[in-house]
Amino acid sequence: MRSLMGRLTWFGAFVIAAGWNIVVAAQTAQQEFVPVTDATRENLPATPLVYIAYGFVWVALVAYVFLLWQRLGRVERELASVSAKLANRR
Amino acid sequence: MRVANRLVPLLLVVAALMYIRAPFMIQAAPLESVMGVVQKIFYFHVPSAMMTFLAAFVCGIASATYLWNRSKFADHVAVSAAELAVVFGLIVLVTGPLWARKAWGVWWQWDVRLTMTLVMWMIFVAYLLLRRFGGAGSEILAAAVGVFGTALVPFVYISVNYWRTIHPNTNVLKSLPAEMADPFRWAIFAFLLFFTALLLVRIRLESSRAVLEEAYAALED
Repeated sequence: MRSLMGRLTWFGAFVIAAGWNIVVAAQTAQQEFVPVTDATRENLPATPLVYIAYGFVWVALVAYVFLLWQRLGRVERELASVSAKLANRR
Repeated sequence: MRVANRLVPLLLVVAALMYIRAPFMIQAAPLESVMGVVQKIFYFHVPSAMMTFLAAFVCGIASATYLWNRSKFADHVAVSAAELAVVFGLIVLVTGPLWARKAWGVWWQWDVRLTMTLVMWMIFVAYLLLRRFGGAGSEILAAAVGVFGTALVPFVYISVNYWRTIHPNTNVLKSLPAEMADPFRWAIFAFLLFFTALLLVRIRLESSRAVLEEAYAALED
């Protein structure tokens, strides 16, 4: 039992040490910095973001108006139908 | 309500014309020195946020009125305003990250203003879910949720002045130069007209639904 515990302890220590080495290796992997020749390629263009933002506002509002009108039309048609049934019953 | 129904097409036409003119005014406005072109999202982002706050206030006041006197009309106004708070809040939560991506380099920051805005929006989504799936009697609980949602509005507004954040603070609006203030005011007015028209139509929908439910009940008797 004692030898099993000892082996497990050694195995655990090995895993931690190996993991630590992997983390350290990953952190120190880059050895040099290479300058970028085409600097503009890294810049995030702002104009598409502005167009997407304004486009989204327009689409969202138009879609909401369309859905609202559809819901209103459906309810008012149903109301007219039920009102007609009630009037016939009387 | 008849006057309101006649007013809606007029409000929609004027708002649509203002929305068509707005991009030209915004394009003519000067670029901001630090953020450049992406700052132009501000002209629709901030008015949307203002309409979200307005919708939240209308919902809160109507909800409190409903809790006070059980007025059906107040309940209809509260539901309608909550839905508009969700619609305009969604616009704020989509246009904001598009602006942030360029200005801050990230889509989202878990700072006080952004997080509180998201929480407030989620409260109004919860309000609508409660009304949709809560069953009979959920109006009272939903009204309480609406009041709590509204209570967040002042905190969302002042959060940028009292906590450390990278979001621009409220002084930005007071210090706007005239060339930026004019298109901004124009956009606010367009949003306000559109908001009023949508609120009136939405209240009409809610009132018609209530009449329909009563008509079905009368038909079953």
